[in-house]
Amino acid sequence: MRTAHPWMANSVPAIEEEMLEAVGAATVEELFAQIPESHRLRAPLELPPPLTSEVELSRHLREALARNESCERNLSFLGAGCWQHHVPAVCDEVVRRSEFLTPVWGTPSSDYGRNQAWFEFASQLGELLALDFVGLPVYSWGCAAGHAIRMAARLNGRREVLVPRFVDPERMAVIESYCGRGELDAHLDVGRVELDPATGRLDLGDLRAKLSDRVCAVYFETPSYLGTIEAEAAEIVELAHEAGAEAIAGVDPISLGVLAPPGDYGADIAVGSIQPLGVHMSCGGGVGGFIASRDEERYAREYPTLNLSICDTVVPGERGFGIALFHQTSYGSREEGNDWTGNSTYLWAVAAAAYMSLLGPQGFVELGELIVQRARYAAALLDEVEGVSVRWKDGFFKEFVADLERPVAEVNRGLRERGIFGGKELPELGRSSLWCVTEVHAKADLDRLASALEEVMRG
Amino acid sequence: MTGLRRYHAAVWDEPLVLELGREGRRGIVFPEAEPEVRERVGDAASLLPAGARRAAPPALPELSEPEVLRHYLHLSQETLGMMGISLFGTCTMKYNPRLGEELAARPELAELHPCQDEETLQGVLGLVHGLDEILRALSGMDRFVFQAGGGAHASYTFACIARAYHAARGELGRRDEVITTIQAHPCNAATAAAAGFKVVTLMLGDEGYAPLDALEAAVSDRTAALMVNNPDDMGIYNPQIDEWVRIVHEAGGLCFYDHANFNGVMGRIRARDLGFDACMYMLHKTFGVAKGGGGPAVGAFGCTAELERFLPVPVVVREGDRYRLDSDRPDSIGKVREFWGNVPQLVKAYGWARAMGAEGIRKAADLSVLANNYMEKRLLEIRGVTRSHPQLRVPRLEMTRYSLGTLLEETGVGVLDVQNRMADYGVDAPWLSHEPWIVPEPITPEAGEMWSKEDVDYWIDVLAQVCREAYEDPELVRSAPHNQVVHKLADVSLDDPGTWATTWRAYRRKRAGVPVGS
Repeated sequence: MRTAHPWMANSVPAIEEEMLEAVGAATVEELFAQIPESHRLRAPLELPPPLTSEVELSRHLREALARNESCERNLSFLGAGCWQHHVPAVCDEVVRRSEFLTPVWGTPSSDYGRNQAWFEFASQLGELLALDFVGLPVYSWGCAAGHAIRMAARLNGRREVLVPRFVDPERMAVIESYCGRGELDAHLDVGRVELDPATGRLDLGDLRAKLSDRVCAVYFETPSYLGTIEAEAAEIVELAHEAGAEAIAGVDPISLGVLAPPGDYGADIAVGSIQPLGVHMSCGGGVGGFIASRDEERYAREYPTLNLSICDTVVPGERGFGIALFHQTSYGSREEGNDWTGNSTYLWAVAAAAYMSLLGPQGFVELGELIVQRARYAAALLDEVEGVSVRWKDGFFKEFVADLERPVAEVNRGLRERGIFGGKELPELGRSSLWCVTEVHAKADLDRLASALEEVMRG
Repeated sequence: MTGLRRYHAAVWDEPLVLELGREGRRGIVFPEAEPEVRERVGDAASLLPAGARRAAPPALPELSEPEVLRHYLHLSQETLGMMGISLFGTCTMKYNPRLGEELAARPELAELHPCQDEETLQGVLGLVHGLDEILRALSGMDRFVFQAGGGAHASYTFACIARAYHAARGELGRRDEVITTIQAHPCNAATAAAAGFKVVTLMLGDEGYAPLDALEAAVSDRTAALMVNNPDDMGIYNPQIDEWVRIVHEAGGLCFYDHANFNGVMGRIRARDLGFDACMYMLHKTFGVAKGGGGPAVGAFGCTAELERFLPVPVVVREGDRYRLDSDRPDSIGKVREFWGNVPQLVKAYGWARAMGAEGIRKAADLSVLANNYMEKRLLEIRGVTRSHPQLRVPRLEMTRYSLGTLLEETGVGVLDVQNRMADYGVDAPWLSHEPWIVPEPITPEAGEMWSKEDVDYWIDVLAQVCREAYEDPELVRSAPHNQVVHKLADVSLDDPGTWATTWRAYRRKRAGVPVGS
C-alpha cells in the first residue's frame, strides 16, 4: 500500500516489522501455516478500485444515493409494515452516541447505562401494552409473530395456528417460514380465518368453526393489515381460550395511546413492530419486533429472546441489570434452547426508549387522535374522487383500503409524476391499494393528494 | 504504580426514566388536527369502535425534551461502550466509519420506503448490487441476499434453503439431520433445530477440530447438511475441510460455511473454492458496520447458482444499467424477515469494502493474524494464562482461546472476576467462550486490524496487572469492579419467577414497593 490506511493503525511497515520480530516470524505468510496451499486463493482478488480517501468515497456514495427519490421530497402514503412517522431529533442524537452505536457486550457494570436504556424500553413498552414481561427485541414483527406462535405450540403441544386471511404478505411469508414444512415432524399447519366483508374485521363465526383441539394459537392483529380496528378483541381471546388455545395479538404500539392495550383484552402474548417508535424507515432497514406477555412462568420459560431483568448488586441500595433465563436461549443450550437468538435490533430499543419517554402518556393520546382524524379525513376525500371507493369507511387507525376503477400501477405512476407515492397495491383484493396517513401528513398534503388523484383518475 | 492510566467510569446515579419527571410536562407535542379536518370527521374518540378504546393513558413518564436528552446522554456515559479498548473475540471489533452514519442519516436513505417503485430506488439498489458483487468475489459464490437480520438469521436462512432443496428432490422426509461441531456457533445447531432438523454434534479431536472419521460415522442418507465454521473461535483451522465437504456431498447433503471468523482469512480462502454450497458473512463484524450493541445487523447469505432458486425474495438483479427487485421466484423459500434487509448497513458495508479495496482487505487479514500472534507471545508470559490445545505448535489465526484455569486453581479468581476487574482499567471485558466451555475459564481476545500496537500492549498490560493482583490480593479482583458505574451483581438467580423482572411494572408488583437494593 502506498501509505498507511486510516482505519488500520498498524499498517505502517516499521510497526509490522516490530511485531513480526516480536513474534519471531520472517513474514506474515508464515503465520498462515495452518491453511494448506491447496485451499488458498491463487488468482488475485478482483474488487472494484479502492476509494481509500473519504473525499472520494463520500462523493461516490452521495452520488449514488442522489439517484433515490425519498419520502421527504415526495409525499408518500406507503405503509404496510414500514411507516413514515416523525422521528424526534433526540432519538437520532441518542442512537448515534458512540457508546450505544459501536459496542457489543461488556459486563453488567460497564454496560450499565445501556442495560438501563434497554430495561426502560421493555418497561415503557410494558406500560403501553399493559403486559409485565417484555423480551429484548427481535428482527421484525413477522419474526416476533413466528416465535410467538412457536412458543404457543411448545406450551400446549398442538400443531395448528389460526391466522387472519389478510395478514401482510411480507409478514405472512415470515410466519410460514417459522411454521416449517410438512415433511418434517416439527412443522405447524396454518389455518386462515376469513374476515367479515362488511366490516373488514375477523369473522368470528368462521373463527368458531375453525377452532379445535388441534389449534395451538389464534393470531390476530389490531389494527389489521388492512387498517381496521378489531372491535371484538376480547371475544376473539375468549374463543381461543375456550378452545384451549393461546391468543396472540399483533399490535402497532403507536396506536396504544387511543386503542385498548392487549393486556386489557386478555391476550396471552403480544407482538408487533418497534419501528414506529422513533426509528426511520431506511428502506425497511428500520424494522424491529417485540414479544411480550403476562409475567407468568409458563410464558417466560418459552421466550427465545434475551431477557433483561432489574436486580441487586452486592452493594445494598444499588441497582443492576442482568440477563434472566439465559439457559433457555440458544446461547445457553444450543439446539435444546427455544428457537434461537443472536444479534437483533437492540439499538432500536434505545431509540424506542427515548421515543416513549418523549411522548409520555399525553403524547401517545394526542398522536393517536391526530392520526385517526387525519386518516379519516384522507379516506373521506379519497372516497369522493370519481372512480375511487374506500372499502371500509370507518373503524380504522392509520391505514385504509381504497378500491380503484383503474389499475393501481397506472394510478400510482400518475401520482408519482406529481411527486406522490400512492398506496401499496393489494392484488389479493383486486384493484385495491392500502393508504397510510400519519402525523407527518398535514391537511394541505391530503388535499393535494385528493386533487392529484382526481386528475389521475380522469386520465 | 502500575503505569496504567487512571480511570473511573462516569457515575450519574441516574434514576429510571419512569421515576423522573413531573405531571404535565411534555417532551414533544403534536399539532391539533386542522379545523376543517375536525369539522369534517369529528372527535377522535367518536372514530374508534367503543370497545376498542383505551380506558386510561399509559403510565409513561412525563419529562421535558432536554430532560429526556440528558437522561439518555447520562446513560450513554454510564456505558463503557468501546471508549476504551475492546478486543471482544468472535465479534471482530473494528472501526465503524462515521461517514456511513452520516450517509445513513440522509433522507435519500433514511426516508426511503421499501415498497417504493424501483425507479425511485435506483441508487440504493445499485449499491446493494455492488455489495453483492464484492461478496461474490470474496467468496466465489454466485449470489448474495441480505434479508437476514444477523448471523444466526443467515444460518436459519440456510436451514430453510436446505429444507427447500431436499423437499424439491423429494428427500426431505428422510433427510432430517444436520451435522455440526461443538465448536461451531450455537446458532448453527439452534437454527437447524428451529427449522425442524435433528442436530448431530461432533466433538473435537486432539488436533483441535473434529476428526474425519467422526464425520464419516455421522453422515448417512439422513444427512441434510453440514453447518460449520472455520477457523473456529480458538483460531484453529481445519485443514481437512475440503475433504469434509466432499464426504457430505457424496452423502447427498449440502454444506454451509459460517464465515463468522472471516477476518483472518479474507482474500486468502474462498468458501466456494473449498466446495461449500453456501456461506454467510456478518457485515456488522467483518465489514465495518457498527454493532449497535446487538444490531441492527446483517447476515449476508451467499450461495451457488444451484441453490439460487431457493433464495428468499426479493433478489436485487441488474438489467442493463437498471436494477430491479425480483420477487417472481417460484422455488424461493419465501421470507425470513420483512422487506429486503437492513439497507443502511448494506450501504455502510459497501463503503467499507470500497475504502479498503482488495489490497486493504488482505492487509486487514494479515494485520489481525499478526496482532493475534503478537498478543499470544506476551499473554503466555503472564502467570496463570495458558492456551487451548497447548500441544499445537502452528500459529493461530485471528484469535486464540486462552484458559485462566490455572489462575483459578492457584488464586480462586475466575474469568468473570477478571472481566470485572479489567473494566476497572477502562478496558471492555474480553469474550469468554460460547457454551459449552471446552477449556476451563476461557477467554478469547481478538485484536483485529483497527487497534494499534500500543492499544494491544495496553490491553495485555491490563490483563497482566489483573493476574498479578489475583496472586497478590485475590479479594481485590473477586470483589471487582471498584471503578465502574455499579458493583457486581448480587449472586441471585434470575431464573426464578420470584426474582426476575423484565419491566418496572413486574418489579414493583414483585417487590411491593420495596426499592431494589433494600
